[in-house]
Amino acid sequence: MGTDFLIKNAKEIQVVIDNNASEIEKLDQEIGDGDHIFNVQRGIKLVIESEPIIKHLSMSKALNQIAMKILSGIGGSSGALFGTLFMTMSKVSNIDDGVDYKKAINMFVDGVEAVKQRGKADVGEKTMMDVLIPVANCLKQGIEKNKDLKDLMREAIEEAEKGMLSTKDLLATKGRASFLGERSKGHIDPGARSSQLMIRSVCMSILNT
Amino acid sequence: MKKFLNSKDDFLKESLQGFGAAHQDIITCHYDPNFITRSEATKRGKVAIISGGGSGHEPMHGGFVGYGMLDAACPGFIFSSPSPDQMIAASEKVDGSAGTLFIVKNYSGDIMNFQMASEMMTGVSETVLINDDVAVEDSSYTTGRRGVAATVIVEKIVGSLAETGGSLKECKILGDKVNRNSGSMGVAFSSCTVPAAGKPTFKLGPDEMEFGVGIHGEPGRRRDKVQPAQEITNELLGVIIEDLKLENNGEILLFVNGMGGTPLTELYLLYDNAKKTLDNKNIKISRSLVGNYCTSLEMQGASFTITKLDQELKKHWDSPVHTAAMRWGL
Repeated sequence: MGTDFLIKNAKEIQVVIDNNASEIEKLDQEIGDGDHIFNVQRGIKLVIESEPIIKHLSMSKALNQIAMKILSGIGGSSGALFGTLFMTMSKVSNIDDGVDYKKAINMFVDGVEAVKQRGKADVGEKTMMDVLIPVANCLKQGIEKNKDLKDLMREAIEEAEKGMLSTKDLLATKGRASFLGERSKGHIDPGARSSQLMIRSVCMSILNT
Repeated sequence: MKKFLNSKDDFLKESLQGFGAAHQDIITCHYDPNFITRSEATKRGKVAIISGGGSGHEPMHGGFVGYGMLDAACPGFIFSSPSPDQMIAASEKVDGSAGTLFIVKNYSGDIMNFQMASEMMTGVSETVLINDDVAVEDSSYTTGRRGVAATVIVEKIVGSLAETGGSLKECKILGDKVNRNSGSMGVAFSSCTVPAAGKPTFKLGPDEMEFGVGIHGEPGRRRDKVQPAQEITNELLGVIIEDLKLENNGEILLFVNGMGGTPLTELYLLYDNAKKTLDNKNIKISRSLVGNYCTSLEMQGASFTITKLDQELKKHWDSPVHTAAMRWGL
């Protein structure tokens, strides 16, 4: 896959996020401060707008360009975390010699590990890591076992959904929702929801090719 | 939503442009990436003090850039942390070859972005983390206490030390000391509305207050019916006094801070009520500050901050300062 894969997916993600914007905003107003959806929308817009530059770049440079755009254009926790994800993926070795699905999955797994370090959050803390970590684990095990790509995408969609739903009953111990203490229970984490939607969008796109 | 704005996208830019034009004798605004610096270059050998955070808390932090306080401020979007490129550009611009001290409020986004800036920049830096909000239970299992109005006190006192030749290490130590000796807690009568969202961040009934509210409209300890000012004062100060373990005859700085939508008339009423409470406990108010310094957009509400004082802190509090929002001794 080439850099056109990045732009195509960004455009598809934009539609999905826009369609679910009011739900994500509402979730964030319940346990956050309501700005998550705007940050995510702004970040996606910046990625899509950089298409003319990205399409002439190598994979590593394109991902680094996306990372810097996200970092400076979103700000807040989302900017730092998603920026870290793309910056780490851009540094995986030999990606300019071609990226197949196996390599793409390895890049994603490395990226998620870096995000985990940056945010100092793990599974069970009511954040987007409740979606990203199980999905990364599922994909990693899948390629180790040489599973069929399409089966693996379906499993990843399920893992993402399961992880997202699991945040509902969790007590937030990271991020602004943690200030609520017990009051954070009973609400799905908005970052987990937006991450799940993005992962589903990419997996669906691969399933449909 | 009724706000003075032309377009949501230009809200912050137009506000920064106005700030830059109104105070061009003191500061200069830089754009893409956005940061505010003093108009005069940093003296060689002076530690650069840089703060930043989401916008919507004005005059914090831009209003505190100037002689005796900050060298630069990095404003993020409304209630959203600034990004590393802002901090890197600001630190390059105001570098005095003595290192950079970042003053950061304890929120995940701010911490991550300032951390990335420290990793990516070439110069030496230290960070003072502010976590004065006693409304939040501190524990190693949570994000911990929020950084709120004591940030103003830290910026004034550390700014004074840097101005008088303090080293990076000394500035860091003093900043941590002021933070450790400060406690804050606030109450909100109304929510605030982030322009991009267009509606209030949370809902409060006409007779309700959020006790222990955060400066982004985050919930506090509990929601309650509005009580007489003296009772609200007693309860807020009670929590702070217990947290700081204030003793008889101890000297303090009392800071009554408005959240943006409460008139000064009411803030002074709160100061009166607080003085009565503290007099009864033999706690001596030897320095004071009253006004809208660490705001939450148009939120109606106020917070108290108490800082325990000693000779060193008093000296640096009294020293000259010349910024857009704070000016004395000159």
